[in-house]
Amino acid sequence: MSLDWTIYLSFLGSGLILCQPREQRDRIRWIALAFGAAGLALALGAWWSYNAAVPELEQAVKNAKDPIAAAFRIVCDVPWIPSVKANYFLAYDGINLPLVVLNGFICVTGILFSWNIEHRTKEFFAFFPLIGGVYGVFLAMDLFLLFVFYEIAIIPKYFIIAIWGSTRKEYGAMKLVLYSFVGSAAALVGIIALYVKAGGPAGAAGFNLLALKDAAFTPEFQTWCFPLVFVGFAVLAGMWPFHTWAPTGHVAAPTAASMLLAGVVMKLGAYGCLRAGIMLMPAGAKAWAGVIAVIAVINIIYGAMVALVQKDFKFVIGYSSVSHMGFVLLGLVTLNTIGLSGAMLQMFSHGIIAGLLFAVVGRMVYDRTHTRVLAELQGMRLYDIMPFAAVTFVLAGAASMGVPGFSGFVAELQVLVGTWRAFPWLAVACGFGILVTFAYTLQTILRAFYGERRTADEHHLREMPPISVPEKVAAVILISLTIIVGVYPNCLLNMINLSVNPLVSLLAK
Amino acid sequence: MEPATHIPWIASHLWLIPLLPFLAGGVSALLPRRCRKLSAGLAIGAIGISTLLSFCALAESILRGLLPHAGRQWSAMQTHEAWHWLTEFTWFSYGTTSLKLGFVLDPLTAAMATMVSFVSMLIFIYSLGYMDRDKNFTRFFTFLSLFAGAMLGLVVANNLLLFFICWELVGVASYLLIGFWYHRPSAAAAAKKAFIVTKLGDIGFFAGLLWLYHATGTLQFYTPDHTGALEQATALAGLPGIMGLSLAGTIALLIFCGAVGKSGQWPLHVWLPDAMEGPTPVSALIHAATMVAAGVFLVARTYPLFQASPQVLTLVAWIGAFTAIMAATIAIAQNDIKRILAYSTVSQLGYMVMGLGVGGMAAAMFHLLMHGFFKALLFLGAGSVIHGCHNEQDVFKMGGVKKHMPVTFWTYFVGTLALAGIFPLAGFWSKDEVLTAAFNWGGGWFHKGPFALGCIGVFLTAFYMWRQVCLVFLGEYRGEKATVGHKQVGHEEAETQHETVPGVPHESPAVMTVPLVILAIFSAFMGFSGLPEHANLIHHFLSPEHAPHHVNWFVIATASALAFAGLGVGHLLYGVKPLAADEPDPLKAKLGKLRDFCRDKWYWDELYEATVVRFANIAAVVVDLGDRLLDGVTVGMGLLARGLSFINDKFDEHAINRSFDGSCGTVRLMGRCFAALQDGRVQSYLRLVAVAAALLAFWFFLK
Repeated sequence: MSLDWTIYLSFLGSGLILCQPREQRDRIRWIALAFGAAGLALALGAWWSYNAAVPELEQAVKNAKDPIAAAFRIVCDVPWIPSVKANYFLAYDGINLPLVVLNGFICVTGILFSWNIEHRTKEFFAFFPLIGGVYGVFLAMDLFLLFVFYEIAIIPKYFIIAIWGSTRKEYGAMKLVLYSFVGSAAALVGIIALYVKAGGPAGAAGFNLLALKDAAFTPEFQTWCFPLVFVGFAVLAGMWPFHTWAPTGHVAAPTAASMLLAGVVMKLGAYGCLRAGIMLMPAGAKAWAGVIAVIAVINIIYGAMVALVQKDFKFVIGYSSVSHMGFVLLGLVTLNTIGLSGAMLQMFSHGIIAGLLFAVVGRMVYDRTHTRVLAELQGMRLYDIMPFAAVTFVLAGAASMGVPGFSGFVAELQVLVGTWRAFPWLAVACGFGILVTFAYTLQTILRAFYGERRTADEHHLREMPPISVPEKVAAVILISLTIIVGVYPNCLLNMINLSVNPLVSLLAK
Repeated sequence: MEPATHIPWIASHLWLIPLLPFLAGGVSALLPRRCRKLSAGLAIGAIGISTLLSFCALAESILRGLLPHAGRQWSAMQTHEAWHWLTEFTWFSYGTTSLKLGFVLDPLTAAMATMVSFVSMLIFIYSLGYMDRDKNFTRFFTFLSLFAGAMLGLVVANNLLLFFICWELVGVASYLLIGFWYHRPSAAAAAKKAFIVTKLGDIGFFAGLLWLYHATGTLQFYTPDHTGALEQATALAGLPGIMGLSLAGTIALLIFCGAVGKSGQWPLHVWLPDAMEGPTPVSALIHAATMVAAGVFLVARTYPLFQASPQVLTLVAWIGAFTAIMAATIAIAQNDIKRILAYSTVSQLGYMVMGLGVGGMAAAMFHLLMHGFFKALLFLGAGSVIHGCHNEQDVFKMGGVKKHMPVTFWTYFVGTLALAGIFPLAGFWSKDEVLTAAFNWGGGWFHKGPFALGCIGVFLTAFYMWRQVCLVFLGEYRGEKATVGHKQVGHEEAETQHETVPGVPHESPAVMTVPLVILAIFSAFMGFSGLPEHANLIHHFLSPEHAPHHVNWFVIATASALAFAGLGVGHLLYGVKPLAADEPDPLKAKLGKLRDFCRDKWYWDELYEATVVRFANIAAVVVDLGDRLLDGVTVGMGLLARGLSFINDKFDEHAINRSFDGSCGTVRLMGRCFAALQDGRVQSYLRLVAVAAALLAFWFFLK
């Protein structure tokens, strides 16, 4: 089975679950897990074979006339809507493959962290694989198809947040959906402009991304079209000042959905920025890079500072996501190899770390204590009650702070080296963002897990259910991943480089 | 790993030295809490092997670099140039290049690695006794191993990035160990403070790292083809940087920021005394002997960059001298046994930094190494006293401990004299080297300033140390004798600690006193490795390209006189008539307000609290408000949309719908008219047909 089966499996799993009787909760869970794991296995298989082929591909890229396309492996390419020249075109290279793998991991661990859901279990797990539509966004190399998958991924999120969420869930869900639609409307205008400029249905390119990149759009066109596409996608990446959906959405969402939102959906935006924005309109990217870089640094510092004064545990993590996505955006607009590959690595890294952080907050802590107010958690000193959660959070926090040995360090290091080349002063400003990141992470660790015991209700605290096996398994998977990537980043960087290098030469033209 | 063939085994396997403790830490992190012996055994075993390897490395380096200078000119290798054995490996690739890391064995590495691993090993062993009853014993050794691995990694790194990585990990380990007794809020707060304050300096360090990488294209200190970052220092000195400095100077300044944070130099010294909240072995190992010296080591390592910029060196010298004297004045008015030592550490680190600034790299490193031994000794001694006095830390509640803890007393006595700089102990030689370097530093009073401050510092050092010895060991015990309790300061399960008579100090077990004795021997005799003039082995070893100074009798005489004066004044105030219980500090009467100023640490904490911290908090609140505003805009837009929808609704209802209804009405009316025509009667139809035919006929006729 090739990689397109990741998409079909998600939908099949969903369908199969719908056919189950609703009392069979365990069977439903296992089916969801099996299909999630199958998708992950496919993704890992593709990663393995692609990674092994990197040396040959490097040669191919070197000799090819179109080096970007040479790095691709095509999954399938069949005409879909011939009248507009939209194809069902799925392919992967070193840029989207890590994200597909990331999606697989978040999906599986998300299911594990949702094991305890008893409220409308069947519907939950039926919705859940639908988000597997995200596989489609990462794999689609046809803009039209990409856009369709992009929209598909958003709808189930609305229901998941609105039904299984907490804390102003309708508001959060609505805000998320409206923001994404406004963003995608802007991006759609840009995409249609690109399509029409490249010849529309009569042109050779159609919606094919790889063909569109050779369409040689005029610089004037690129200058006004680029921000439309870039900002349109960047809304979903949490770009300031269009980020406010992110914290509220994350907070309102149930654990698995926050993991997916922060872990994968925000990456969708950044991925769209790269593929449809920077790759298709290099001149536009160069014209706007400075502005976007400043905004990205605002993201980093601003997100961190807001996180510093939050009273709700989950809001801290929500804003930390906004802050960390700033590194992705910043890396993208450095437009040099190290910055771009740093951005790609940061996407993967942040996906894992944010997933872990949300799992601790939402699943391990909130589901047991039923509060997320840091002042209340401070009085419980949770370390004594759930040391596993505390240690997981300390590790995830360290990874999030960019402590060496975890993936975040390598990614942010690359972004900063790239930034130093493109915008030295912004790199210095980022330093202060990192400092604030340290401050809020340490403060949150102390407050949430190592406070002073004040609660008289010891009995109630002792009665909390222990951390379950699925939680432990999922946490260990995610922690191991961030350490593996942090110690041996080449496991992803080899393939990222393979695809980023020709992209940068395209930008240099 | 690509080991070169022509270098000794130990140089190509240098990575084993940090790796072993790391592995020990990793394994014991996975061990359950009850595996106490296994965890401690792993940690001590690993650091023991690392120590052996470090001694091998030292021996190899001495053979390579030192012997030719020691008068035996039999070797063809004799050289006055610096030399290094290098190994390198690729960490990750990007673009068409890759980022390489590597290890270096040179005299600096060998000397530092030996000191660090040896002192670590002794402190690990000591911890067996000290942490005996702590329920998180296993965790403690995990963190200690992690620390030792990171610290040794930093020492053997041949790459600024690898250095930075280990530097950060050392910081993490320090954070974990300061906050080890996390149930004490002060410990948790101190850990956080330490992390963030040092991180502030690290921003500068990191910026320097990025800039260096950008400017030289490599972060290796040395490379086989002499294109390493440090080997390009002269070229960097020719390029412009910021604030009128050369590029080399700018980068050196940025890197120095990191050293200021880690080595507790003014203005970032505030974290170090608070770090004493950690268990005492931690204070000894991390916050006295090794980690805090990493900043000095960093400057020594990147010294070529500093040498390329005299302005930066001047700044370094003055910061060091100011820190040395400031911390010494604070130390004289503290009551907590560990805080006195903490300020003493800050002050001694100031001496080292001053030594670096005045061009005496070898002198500074010599002092660093010697300080590592005697300050570890003092801290462990203090720990033994605290242990013996039932977790009491206030020196005014001690006294007469000499009787009860003779081994601790005599070793502490040696450490005190070594720190005070009394002939012929280690501190005498190393401090003398630093002061001589300061004395020889340029002409004019401006350049003599650090020397003068250093000399005052010598007096103060001797004074506060002797004050401490008198208060702790001499006289009568002033603690709460009869009371059953002891202060529940640290150990959670310390209640079980009363095998001996409650209230009376008791000597510590052998596992704690033996390391003290070993350290005392080293503190006493190690100084002879750095005799002035040509026998100055350590100078030849560390810095072969610079000849050591000649003996400066003036400096020796001044420093010794001041040290004896300090001891004397201390004895007059505290030793001649030992204090009784609840008697106030005689210093209060002598110095008055000045003493309060010193006791309150020059109010640096308050100053930062009122400025930096407040500013940061206000900024965060403002930004948060801004975010709500932004959120408000969104909500406002939502409301606006709602309002518009309402208007639309009304418009729809009244305008569009009504007009639609209106048109529909018209249509309906017309329909009714037409319907009236179709009444179903044949006669009417025929009448219509007739009329139509007539009209048609008329039309054709007209045509």
